[in-house]
Amino acid sequence: MTGFPMLSLVTWLPIAFGLLVLAFGTDKNPTPARWLALVGSVLGFLVSIPLWTGFDLTAGGAMQFREFAPWIPLFNIHYHLGVDGISMPLIVLNSFMTVLVVIAHWEVITEKVSQYLAAFLIMSGLINGTFAALDAILFYVFFEAMLIPMFLIIGVWGGPNRVYAAVKFFLYTLLGSLLMLASFIYLYQQTNGSFEILDYHKLPLTLTAQVLVFLAMFASFAVKVPMWPVHTWLPDAHVEAPTGGSVILAAITLKIGGYGFLRFNMPIAPDASSALSGLVIGLSLVAVVYIGLVALVQSDMKKLIAYSSIAHMGFVTLGFFLFNQDGVLGGLIQMVSHGFVSAAMFLCVGVLYDRVHSRQIADYGGVANTMPVFAAFFVLFAMANAGLPATSGFVGEFLVILGALKVSFWYAIAAGTTLILGAAYSLWMVRRVLYGEIANPNVAALKDVNARELTFLVLLAIGVLGLGIYPRPLSDVMVPTVMQLLDHVTTSKL
Amino acid sequence: MNTATFSLLTILPAIPEIALLLLVCGVLLLDLFVSERDKHVTFWLAVGSALGVAGLTAATLGNPSVVTFGGLFVADPMSQVLKIGALVAVAMTFIYGRRYLEDRGLMRGEFFSLALFATLGMLVMISANHFLTLYLGLELLALSLYAMVALQRDSARATEAAMKYFVLGALASGMLLYGMSMLYGSTGSLELNRVADAIMRQQANETLAAFGLVFIVAGIAFKLGAVPFHMWVPDIYHGASTPATLFIASAPKIAAFAFVMRLLAHGMEGMIAEWQPMLVMLAVASLALGNLVAIAQTNIKRMLAYSTISHMGFLLLGILSASQIGYSAGMFYVLTYTLTTLGAFGVILLLARSGFEAEELEDFRGLNQRSRWHAFVMLLVVFSLAGIPPTVGFFAKLTVLQAAFDAGFAWLVVFAVLMSVIGAFYYLRVVKLMYMDAPVGEMPLVMRGDARVLLSANAVAVLILGILPAPLLNLCARAIAGSF
Repeated sequence: MTGFPMLSLVTWLPIAFGLLVLAFGTDKNPTPARWLALVGSVLGFLVSIPLWTGFDLTAGGAMQFREFAPWIPLFNIHYHLGVDGISMPLIVLNSFMTVLVVIAHWEVITEKVSQYLAAFLIMSGLINGTFAALDAILFYVFFEAMLIPMFLIIGVWGGPNRVYAAVKFFLYTLLGSLLMLASFIYLYQQTNGSFEILDYHKLPLTLTAQVLVFLAMFASFAVKVPMWPVHTWLPDAHVEAPTGGSVILAAITLKIGGYGFLRFNMPIAPDASSALSGLVIGLSLVAVVYIGLVALVQSDMKKLIAYSSIAHMGFVTLGFFLFNQDGVLGGLIQMVSHGFVSAAMFLCVGVLYDRVHSRQIADYGGVANTMPVFAAFFVLFAMANAGLPATSGFVGEFLVILGALKVSFWYAIAAGTTLILGAAYSLWMVRRVLYGEIANPNVAALKDVNARELTFLVLLAIGVLGLGIYPRPLSDVMVPTVMQLLDHVTTSKL
Repeated sequence: MNTATFSLLTILPAIPEIALLLLVCGVLLLDLFVSERDKHVTFWLAVGSALGVAGLTAATLGNPSVVTFGGLFVADPMSQVLKIGALVAVAMTFIYGRRYLEDRGLMRGEFFSLALFATLGMLVMISANHFLTLYLGLELLALSLYAMVALQRDSARATEAAMKYFVLGALASGMLLYGMSMLYGSTGSLELNRVADAIMRQQANETLAAFGLVFIVAGIAFKLGAVPFHMWVPDIYHGASTPATLFIASAPKIAAFAFVMRLLAHGMEGMIAEWQPMLVMLAVASLALGNLVAIAQTNIKRMLAYSTISHMGFLLLGILSASQIGYSAGMFYVLTYTLTTLGAFGVILLLARSGFEAEELEDFRGLNQRSRWHAFVMLLVVFSLAGIPPTVGFFAKLTVLQAAFDAGFAWLVVFAVLMSVIGAFYYLRVVKLMYMDAPVGEMPLVMRGDARVLLSANAVAVLILGILPAPLLNLCARAIAGSF
């Protein structure tokens, strides 16, 4: 419990750097702001590494690196941080992605650079705080505060229809999270005045109460994931967001939805979770199959990847609500993997967009002829998106299908279609964009990736392949927590 | 405590009010000898009076509750905190409004002396322990406000607003008086303690008291601007000169909160079962109408007027919980709401310049490009009004919602939450205009250095209180615990 406040550092360091960037960055000469942001994000990543190396694998799912201090004594609200095998990898992933986003923006964002970078750094810290918070109000503050920078990122640096997308994003998420806040207030009353998430886990509740709490929180996290049918904000937000925004949205903020199911819904309302698991699994399968089909017909690359994100996140929620180790672990690995893959896909589209200023598949064709190095990476990431063995995409999907098979043959069949659909939309896009004849003069004039772009592509490729070939370090961290979670959620609270 | 003997001890608790009265008279007199060019002397005197009295009140912080003047007047912990809040808000209003007043030839001694008289009215209201004192304070406040709105006499809009305010305000005062007279008839006393006692011991004529209560609640709803007694709010906010609007929108809300607390939570404590459902209705209507109608506004002063209406709905949620938690939540809400509103109007006044009002939403277009810091100030203020963490507005909403939940109004909490999602939409529109649109003109921002510093401090306070709300929450909780 005592010791160096590692999690506070991971949370507040990026925020402090964000404020510095905001204070010292000028619009006329953005270079210092850029370097400052790079230093901040790299430091942020470096300080998150001790969380991984210092993580105690024998702790069996208990919270580690805990920090506890009174915050608002009147309402028994505490500044309580801690991580387990579920949240720790997500914090490291987020810190890593922030570095990529800073590298990726370099020549691309030319307007209000310091504000752009500050928004990302502040958001990165807030996301870390969201994953680390063990007090419901602290969680909520981080969770909601995140909306402000994201709203600005989409709305200020996004595409033509950005304002609509930003407002839609904000209001959708706000509605869900306020309902969650109402359920926190209810739980506060039920526990006689505690906002500790871990106390909520132990709180016995009647089935009706559990169902209501479950639904309120579900409203919040399902929007975040996003699950069908509340997914409609995502394609808009993604398409209009700048590349960095899409990366953080897809790689990290969607994960907060998945994380919320594991941290809140399932342990607080285990009986409601199993009673309603059919509903969640049904919605997840709709996402996998129907959204997969929708992705197939997209003509806009970013939209296609956005829909494929929804389908992949459907896999995650499917895995969670199977209530077996394969399913939950698979869902978790899929979350991390999707973080890498979707980030990579969006960055690849960004690379093309920066050159041609179009996201339409039809505007490309034969890119492999002019950008061979880029094409190699793009194919790799598309394969990972399709779940090819030896890429990270395979591990999670395989485990989830395995888990589904243990519950119902038909779940597994429906889930299995993703392997076909995923391959279909990913590879078909690759074929139309990369191969064939050079379709137009834009493509003919393309230059291959530069050193900066190569840096993030290589970093992501290492992640995708590393996780696909040897997922052991990740699963070792997750398994004890997953076991403990399953133990807890399969015990009735009634 | 009801001895009629008069001594220094009797007047001691009322020293802040007495000091303010002397200072106002001083300002009024001195102003006669101050030439048009040197009006800043009056200005600084007015600011100094407000802050000086605030300091005087602060010296009494922590004193226990004292009733004096034969039960007319009470100085309790709640009144001390609220008075400091109101006085500081008044001083801030002066500083924000100075440039605007100078530009429009409104920088006259009358503005400041009227405002200080209104402030005196607020202090009396906050400390009233008797129907008559309450009414006296209320009328002093209201009459000064009518005149302040009308001060811009060559503006037809301001005159119309003043007229409306006066007529409707007089009607509301009449209702209030009528209700008070019924309660007098029912309980035989005008002193709040005795009224409360009589009701508690069921010595009061219940039917008559219930009728009186209805009129009193109507009067209160008018003063707060709760639906369906809200009609005056948008017109007055829109019609009055911006500093006058800011004045009306800030400190009097604190006084109105004290007014409600004195009448309902103290005087009619025994009739909670009767007034609670009335406040529920007022809160529901205010939340719904305020938020929905604000969406349709294109004038930011009108928009803020409707937003005030919805905030009063939230404030009522705290009061109608009828518990210590609820009252202290309400107190926290009203203080932080005032702070936030001051910031919002501060930015409007910053954008205004001579011959240009900057009160249309469109005038906020591209503010980020004109001044990054001031756009950020407005961003913080607007998100605080919307109740998004990490600004103080979030904790204000959280505490009232929690109090309402504790009182058994779960449905009301869900309703309020849904309404605040609707509310978020029009607040977002301001942010959208500032950050996502290009500016129309490149007019430089003119504001005095002191006002700029204060505005920045105001915004930072909104943020800091949102991150560390504990001290203020404790202060409110202690004040309420020491007073009720």
